Amino acid sequence: MTATLGNRQRGPLPKGKVPQGKVPQGKPNARRRLVVIGNGMAGARAVEEILARGGAEQFTITMFGDEPYGNYNRIMLSHVLSGEESDADIFLNSLHWYQDNNITLHAGVRVERIDRFTKYVFANNGHVVPYDVLIIATGSQSFMPPMDGLYTPSGSIKPGVFTFRTIDDTRNMVQHARNGDDPDRERRAVVIGGGLLGLEAARGLQSHGIDVDVVHSGGHLMNAQMGPDGGAILRRSVEALGIRVHTGSRTTAVLGTDKVTGVRLRDQPDIGCDMVVVAAGIRPNVDLAVLSGLHVERAIVVDDQLRVVDEDDIYAVGECVQHRGEVYGLVAPLWEQAVVLADHVTGSDTSSAYLGSRIATKLKVAGVEVASMGLHGPERDTDEHIVFSEPSRGVFKSIVIRDNKMVGATLLGDSRKVAYLTQAFDKGLPLPEERIALMFDLGGPAEEQGVAELDDDAQVCNCNGVSKKSLVDVVKGGCNTVAGAMDATRAGKGCGSCKLLVKQVVEWAADGAVEEDPAASYYVPGIPLDKPSLMAAIRKQGLRSVSSVFAALAPGRAEDAKSKMGLASLMKMMLADQYIDERDARFINDRVHANIQRDGTFSVVPQMKGGVTSVQQLRRIADVAEKHSIPLIKLTGGQRIDLLGVPKEDLPQVWADLDMPSGYAYGKSFRTVKTCVGKDFCRYGTGDSTKLGIEIESRFQGIEAPAKLKLAVSGCPRNCAESLVKDVGVVAVEGGRWEIYVGGAAGAHIRKGDLLATVEDPEEVKVLTGRFMQYYRENANWLERTYSFVPRVGIDRIRAVVVDDAEGLAAGLDAAMQASVDSYVDPWTERDDPLTPGQFRTSLPLTVLPQVPVR
Amino acid sequence: MNAGRNLGPVSQVPFGEGRAFGVDGEQVAVFRLRDGSLRALSAVCPHKGGPIADGTIDQDVVLCPLHQNAFRLDTGCSTTGAEPLTSYDVQIDNHQNIILRISAR
Repeated sequence: MTATLGNRQRGPLPKGKVPQGKVPQGKPNARRRLVVIGNGMAGARAVEEILARGGAEQFTITMFGDEPYGNYNRIMLSHVLSGEESDADIFLNSLHWYQDNNITLHAGVRVERIDRFTKYVFANNGHVVPYDVLIIATGSQSFMPPMDGLYTPSGSIKPGVFTFRTIDDTRNMVQHARNGDDPDRERRAVVIGGGLLGLEAARGLQSHGIDVDVVHSGGHLMNAQMGPDGGAILRRSVEALGIRVHTGSRTTAVLGTDKVTGVRLRDQPDIGCDMVVVAAGIRPNVDLAVLSGLHVERAIVVDDQLRVVDEDDIYAVGECVQHRGEVYGLVAPLWEQAVVLADHVTGSDTSSAYLGSRIATKLKVAGVEVASMGLHGPERDTDEHIVFSEPSRGVFKSIVIRDNKMVGATLLGDSRKVAYLTQAFDKGLPLPEERIALMFDLGGPAEEQGVAELDDDAQVCNCNGVSKKSLVDVVKGGCNTVAGAMDATRAGKGCGSCKLLVKQVVEWAADGAVEEDPAASYYVPGIPLDKPSLMAAIRKQGLRSVSSVFAALAPGRAEDAKSKMGLASLMKMMLADQYIDERDARFINDRVHANIQRDGTFSVVPQMKGGVTSVQQLRRIADVAEKHSIPLIKLTGGQRIDLLGVPKEDLPQVWADLDMPSGYAYGKSFRTVKTCVGKDFCRYGTGDSTKLGIEIESRFQGIEAPAKLKLAVSGCPRNCAESLVKDVGVVAVEGGRWEIYVGGAAGAHIRKGDLLATVEDPEEVKVLTGRFMQYYRENANWLERTYSFVPRVGIDRIRAVVVDDAEGLAAGLDAAMQASVDSYVDPWTERDDPLTPGQFRTSLPLTVLPQVPVR
Repeated sequence: MNAGRNLGPVSQVPFGEGRAFGVDGEQVAVFRLRDGSLRALSAVCPHKGGPIADGTIDQDVVLCPLHQNAFRLDTGCSTTGAEPLTSYDVQIDNHQNIILRISAR
């Protein structure tokens, strides 16, 4: 517990008011009362951050919101205006969220006064609520520039004049745009303000078939975000959309008596219109703070902890805040503030400090990509200014460099380099000698590099403050769909301009294994968990059998046939001899230790380590094949002898007659090690591949894996055992050393394995082989062969884990593999003592077997 | 034919598995679900003749071991687009024997 802001002695109650939510006296652990004034993006985000830090246990939370709704994403209002989103789509938290988190919400209620001394807030509906901690998040309102004719004689805003701040504003505009009173009326709108919001409004109105003029008092559009050159190009792009732009002009009057008929401009002719949208900036809502005696300058003044100056228990956050002289009107600083505020309010990190935000905006304005940060142009003689301008395509790039640091950039119409530039701006990274590389990707896979070169804490989504690392973390946590990562982090849920970058980051993090289906991340279809979560849940709950996993983790506790084999394999791998082996969870091959064939008979492969056999073995196999009339005897690709067409009920007798261990040609498991002749006989052999292959097979025989494992050891680079296309392939090279390749394949897919390591002696080969296979067993998806797994994870990362032990996992991997090796039992020993009744009973009693033609 | 055929003790069929029986010239796969109840379907997969009794089951379906076609244990209808299996009425009597009615439902 940290230093709390405790329950002070409360003063006398104001007369005639009954306080709500009194804390029971004398309860030592009574939760403190947190009141939040403001239910917009800042207030709600602050509460979310507080809840994320265990705030629900510390506080009873009451929120007041001026608007009669849950909270919504104000940034998306332009999409609602344009009809791209419905107004229901932009809600961040519905009213249910408040209930679920035990938050008392007074929606549509305005707080009129704070009594800092008795610690009560007074609402306009008569509510008087005590607080221990108060958060002010009153936000901003639209600024109404002075002009004549805004109001009707009765004092209300003239019909047809709109501000563009709230969801109600937006709905009213949509309604007005859709159904004018008079179908013949001139459908023309004037937007006052050529900043971001004004241009968005203009574009949104256009989508309703309205003719739009933008009147802007500045010399060029978006003058807060860019210099005149960029502004000129932006103007071209906006005008190309069919929006008329009037810069350097003020609206002096709204014309019309009872409703809007036009606007009067300074130094320019009147414009006739039936609709005026005022988007001329915002002003912080500070009336409540001023009235309540808080310290207000341009906005409510806070310190680095977001505490209102001179107040112990009052915090403020968002657009109503002035911090170190800055007032922000963008969403990114608000996220940063909410984090620091929550750290302090909950006491989870009292060293947390907000030091201000460097404003880098990345937006899509009226369909034009705009990114802007820092200076718009050079200020000193020594500043470098690099400009690229291509008006016909609407592309403009300007970068300002001071002392070899980037101090400003504007990008229009092409934001591919924005991630890198944002980072260079935030971090003061050293810049490339060739400045042009700042603006363009010169060769190379541009986007890949762009994402790869981003820092972990580089912000990908500015609207919701999502860093590259947050995205990468959810991907590493098994979320490998773009939509899933966006849901989990909220990246791309703001203005949407970062969606491409989000997608790139997710794809990069997932190494291309991006799926479109959330279920694709489940390890088995019947349990909605990815592999790490599934393994963690199994460990945490001490589950030891497949049925117990269904009972504990499956929706509706329902078994799922399709999931059983994968779960059985996973749990055997995890638990070794602690696994409770339920036979019904096994696939038929694993129930009877043989490979089912198309006619329901089975094939039997005796163990023949490294593909080396003997007279005795050959003679015995021949005798068994003769005695049981084996219809087909076949040499396999893995250098084994396969006896095909054995009826199920004959299996125990065939094994008994063979009296050899199983060769594992039927499971999702370690199968065979193929070897070449090695060096005893071969003229070229440099290493004893045969001996090493036999040793590897002896050690790892039969261990289960997410998919089959086929290995090889070659005694020289001629690679007669095809080591380069095996799940694990070993090659002896000159100097007594051994190369280990992983992730090779030459079946349905052809892939040359990646070189994992070159080692000095066979013992090391065995250690790394086992460690790699264990890493694969623990991290691969069910049925994912190494030829998919290795490129998905990346050989560099695998090498870091397996060879360099960069993550300290090696000892654990080795121990887990050793446990599997130690618990190995040859399955063919079950022949004398069937584990289940009728284990080898035929399933096709009336069919003459085999049905496969005998050659 | 309505009299049920007694196929012997239910203990022949392990929980969660199936066993095949020849009954009046029909091949029948009898499954014993993990909840102890029985289901019976024809034992030969209509797709490629796979041994249905060797399949993996849950409470609802059996997967043929050859190509993973799935069939509903109660009706025999395929959920993977194969032709249906015949489903049979099967009970456990008071002596813990399997009683199968071969007249298809």
